[in-house]
Amino acid sequence: MSEFAVRVENVSKSFRLYAEKNTSLKSAMLRGGRAKYQVFPALDDVSFDIPQGSTFALIGANGSGKSTLLKCMARILRPDSGRITVDGKMSALLELGAGFHPELSGRENVYLNASILGLSRKQVNERFDDIVGFAGLEKFIDSPVKNYSSGMYVRLGFAVAINVDPEVLLVDEVLAVGDEAFQQKCNERFAYLRDIGTTIVVVSHSLGVVRTLCEQAAWLENGVVRRLGPAAPIIDDYIEFMHPERVAVQDEDTGEPTGSRWGEGGARIERVELLDANGKPSRRVRMGDPVTFRLHYACDEEIKRPVFGLGIHRLDGVHVTGINSRENRVPDSISGTGYMDFVSDALPILPGTYDATVALMDHSNLRVYDHWNHAHRFDIKPGVPRECEGVIAMAGTWSVGAGPAAPKRRRSPGAKR
Amino acid sequence: MSTVKELVGSRELLGNLLSRELRGKYKRSFLGWSWSLVNPLSLAAVYTVVFVVIFKAAAPAGDPSGLKAFPLFLLTGLLPWSYLSNTITGSVGSLTGNASLVNKVYFPREILVASSTLSWVVSLFIELAVLAVVLLAFGNNVLPWLPVVVVLVALQTVFVLGVGLALSVLNVYFRDVQHFMSILLQIWFYATPVIYPISFVESYVERHDPAFPVMLLYRANPMVAFVESYHRVLYDLRFPALGDFLYATVAALVSLTIGWWVFRRFEGRLAEEL
Repeated sequence: MSEFAVRVENVSKSFRLYAEKNTSLKSAMLRGGRAKYQVFPALDDVSFDIPQGSTFALIGANGSGKSTLLKCMARILRPDSGRITVDGKMSALLELGAGFHPELSGRENVYLNASILGLSRKQVNERFDDIVGFAGLEKFIDSPVKNYSSGMYVRLGFAVAINVDPEVLLVDEVLAVGDEAFQQKCNERFAYLRDIGTTIVVVSHSLGVVRTLCEQAAWLENGVVRRLGPAAPIIDDYIEFMHPERVAVQDEDTGEPTGSRWGEGGARIERVELLDANGKPSRRVRMGDPVTFRLHYACDEEIKRPVFGLGIHRLDGVHVTGINSRENRVPDSISGTGYMDFVSDALPILPGTYDATVALMDHSNLRVYDHWNHAHRFDIKPGVPRECEGVIAMAGTWSVGAGPAAPKRRRSPGAKR
Repeated sequence: MSTVKELVGSRELLGNLLSRELRGKYKRSFLGWSWSLVNPLSLAAVYTVVFVVIFKAAAPAGDPSGLKAFPLFLLTGLLPWSYLSNTITGSVGSLTGNASLVNKVYFPREILVASSTLSWVVSLFIELAVLAVVLLAFGNNVLPWLPVVVVLVALQTVFVLGVGLALSVLNVYFRDVQHFMSILLQIWFYATPVIYPISFVESYVERHDPAFPVMLLYRANPMVAFVESYHRVLYDLRFPALGDFLYATVAALVSLTIGWWVFRRFEGRLAEEL
């Protein structure tokens, strides 16, 4: 066995972009040839080796050519020039359940799908129970797959593909299928495959997954390899590189106020600022740094006992946090113009792009003077702690102790929540 | 040669795709596989009414079998003809219809055309078996000739496979192919001695004696050789004419060679074009 699992040598691939995709003879005759097209180079002279038994990530923006490269490895696309050598049995998780026949039962489709992926009937017989068990579809395996829910369909497809026991596994953005329990099973399976020395090549936008799963990475940009090497630093650089663009685009598009706003008036939040560790307004702050959200207000009249609210949403809509000043510091009254600061000593939110929503209410919550959705978009750059997942990094420290596990403590009666 | 090895390696996949086609073909229809018989029988009934009742066409006499029954003559030619027309129609759509598969998984793409074609072989054999029973009932002892029929079916399969390979891949680039083929198949049908005996054409040519070799042109159609061979084996009970048999063999091999070459040539960008 050679030391590489996949060798990519000077691979180039371009696509034809048809101005109008008219696959008819009439249009061909009228033009005296097939439809006119532009050549779009998706991959340009790409070369690298993926070592045997490694987990390898292909990252890059949309259109950078990573999926094209993966499809070339899977032999679905043929490179225009160059060569891809795959050493070992390969299985590709590009689309789950491709080739399922809706009228056939799950059982028949397992055999069909497995043979498409290169298993013999005997091998499927051996693994059949594993596959069905993995998908958790014992009860439904003899009903036609057209009656399956989309989740069941995908689970069965995944179970077949993962049970092929490939030496090289290609995965395209399908790590997140099924419910929590199924995902857990998938992750365990991936870990197992990695432990037994399977080479795994992953294309994913979910950088958290890539960070935990992959040792090596290639960062593609416009069809060429920009960086190649250990995954963690490349991913960090990639995030840093990607984010300013997103904010910049947003700025250009919208200039100032972005989101919807409502409220009865009388007082407004004029502007939201984010101050970085140096106290300078910035749209890019670093995780773990002290930051300040500064809410500038302008009142037409005196507002008694005002309450300021600050909400933070991830771009996919996840509500990261919603806090207000009621329990904290309520000025007796405000008037004219001024600002209210919210200071976080160590910003605990994970890298990404976020929107801040702000509000100004009265103490009873009955009157909302101003509520401004997505008033301010900002980026969080990777910082400390570097390795974590989820939405926030919980503040705290680890310490070690010896002895048996502590007995379960009863909740103290006075504890809140 | 690696492709041949690959194809041999995929015979299990071929088997599974074939069984998918077969099981899927008449799923959820009440008559199920009987449709495979109903179609040629109803066609035979229509043509018999038109030609025997309306046009008073006389059935050709089997030589040496002595059989004289227009519907049976018709069916011996109609079954191989439907086989051709079904396989070609099936092959033309076999790549476009499986776009999701071609786009997502690698396997030798020829398998799709082959499984579609082979699924019709199964129907053909069922139909031929029923025809054989009817022929036996009419006193035509076809049993000793069945091995020859199997050889003919094999040759015709090679022939349609070649045509299907070329058309399937061309249809990906030009969707006109499928519409064009339905017209071509109609013309081809009348240019083949299915609803009339070939003697009909021969005597017409003799009577008019046209300047250019019409008969040669007529016989250039490989389906003439195939259908004539079926007629002779099943209706007349004699070996196919050597000329027909050789021509059919050559046509089959040439068709497969060209078809496969075309397929290989255009297959590279299938996933992008689909």
